[in-house]
Amino acid sequence: MKRLISMAAVILAAVIGLAVWSNSLQKAQGATGDNTLNLANWGDYIDPALVKKFEKESGYHVNLETFDSNEAMYTKIQQGGTSYDLTVPSEYMVEKMARAKMLVPLDKSKLHGLNNYGSLYMNRSFDPGNKYSLPYFWGTLGIIYNDKYVSADEVQHWNDLWSPKFKDNIMLIDSARDIMGFSLRSMGKSMNTTDPNTLALAKAKLDQMSPNVKAVVADEIKMYMAADESELAVDWSGEAADMMANNSHLHYIVPSEGSNLWFDNLVIPKTAKHYKAIYAFLNFITDPKNAAQNAEYVGYSTPNTAALKLLPKSVRNDKQFYPDATVIKRSEVYKDLDPKTVGLYNDLYLEFKMYRK
Amino acid sequence: MKKSTQNLAFYVPYILWIVLFVIAPMVLIVYQSFFNIEGQFTLSNYATYFQSGTYIMMTINSVWYAFLITALTLLISYPAAYLLHYAKHKELWLLLIILPTWINLLLKAYAFIGIFSQDGGINTFLRMMGLGPHQFLFTDFSFIFVASYIEIPFMILPIFNGIEELNEGLVNASRDLGAKWWQSFTRVILPLTMSGVKAGVQAVFIPSLSLFMLTRLIGGNRVITLGTAIEEHFLTTMNWGMGSTIGVVLIVAMVIIMFLTGERKKKGGRQA
Repeated sequence: MKRLISMAAVILAAVIGLAVWSNSLQKAQGATGDNTLNLANWGDYIDPALVKKFEKESGYHVNLETFDSNEAMYTKIQQGGTSYDLTVPSEYMVEKMARAKMLVPLDKSKLHGLNNYGSLYMNRSFDPGNKYSLPYFWGTLGIIYNDKYVSADEVQHWNDLWSPKFKDNIMLIDSARDIMGFSLRSMGKSMNTTDPNTLALAKAKLDQMSPNVKAVVADEIKMYMAADESELAVDWSGEAADMMANNSHLHYIVPSEGSNLWFDNLVIPKTAKHYKAIYAFLNFITDPKNAAQNAEYVGYSTPNTAALKLLPKSVRNDKQFYPDATVIKRSEVYKDLDPKTVGLYNDLYLEFKMYRK
Repeated sequence: MKKSTQNLAFYVPYILWIVLFVIAPMVLIVYQSFFNIEGQFTLSNYATYFQSGTYIMMTINSVWYAFLITALTLLISYPAAYLLHYAKHKELWLLLIILPTWINLLLKAYAFIGIFSQDGGINTFLRMMGLGPHQFLFTDFSFIFVASYIEIPFMILPIFNGIEELNEGLVNASRDLGAKWWQSFTRVILPLTMSGVKAGVQAVFIPSLSLFMLTRLIGGNRVITLGTAIEEHFLTTMNWGMGSTIGVVLIVAMVIIMFLTGERKKKGGRQA
């Protein structure tokens, strides 16, 4: 018994010791000081050199934490325990967080150079008047094809994916909203459809495509496409850029009838504390030179049109990642749908995945 | 008096462990399963589960694939364990069988992607033989193959232990009494090693019911099991209620399997 108690005492002492030690370590790093910026971002989504430059110019220390899904980030902030000053949700998540009162409005008087951002990318439906958010990167949903097997004119429209000649040769990104979305779009319907009957029709149409679907995968799709495992894929433009960097035979097309337009945005969650650092960073990243450097590193499309002018011509005129304004106008931004409809999308999508070819 | 409190104190860590990490999560899952997406208390999740053809199909799918995986591993493992028993450097062979379990599951899955892909080892070989490339990834075959590969050690070990415990004299006696090899196998060896087989089946069938990473990586989501649905409900739909409901169904299914394959002690000792 005595032994047990002394053991417990030793463990307790060790725990307390470790807690004190980690606390002092954090202090040494300046994590508890006022000169820091806690940035939560997607993995590899900012140029590390840029972070260094910001730290040097402003004197603030950046704590970078990464997340890999909007939902995970949302849950983390909602449950407390984090002290993020800035985070980068996608557009529907901005809407959801704003509705849940988890965001702090931007103080426009402290921001400079807002007119660097293109008008196409501001004031979108998910955040009217950019009350809470600044666009960080944007992109589309589209078709990636391998020119060894498929020519460009064979895949100009969503409906081309249903062609029997692509039997067992299309990979889809594992995302209910996007897969249901392009089926809806191919029927000329909105990607934000909430009508259950239309959704059922879209799912029935997807079932007909099932023989063409080789696999429904997530991140691995990049590896597979780069390794010639499939002729076609449906994925986001950012992922497409990654694949194309590894395989010169790959190309990306945004169907002209329109697609999804997604935005990742900088927002201030209600857990923020270091407002000076936040606005210093927002102004820093809005600066065309810095935004251009970041866009070159990340490879996604920048909403900063002033920065775009600084990028090489081959990037600027690349219709794959900077499609014509008409295509952009025909594309839709996802709305944050009510939980019931989200559930319906996912149930139908599961049924599609279960459908045997 | 003093002794009994002392004994009790020794139980405390175990009881705490079981309550915190076994009972509490189960209770939480059952509790969650009674709430719909709007947070109201309801039984509708269970109604949805048993009324929608999708979930029933998925359950049948899961059980079917788990059955195939278990059957295949058993088919490979029993002879392997038997041969192992008579092998010369038993410990070394056993180590070689256990060794792959030290490698992370994800790594093994990615290795198989490399082996099965269009430019992978098997297809290169087939092309060399003039048999042309074949699609291996994202097929039922590759899914069952990889899942079986991963589960085999968990099947071999209990069977091997069962065979090790087998009294060699009984086998010899049956041969002496005129039993053919096959007869002494079915009448003596198999019944006496049955407990090992049952333990192996439990250790393989139950995890196979909810493999979800392999269904995506190797099966390309062309193979859908209940695990996939749980993942989706927790991560994308954020419908924890429905996800928990499927979890409860899986737990019940596992209890049934345990009951079916478990040792049922009969009174009197003599088996009928």
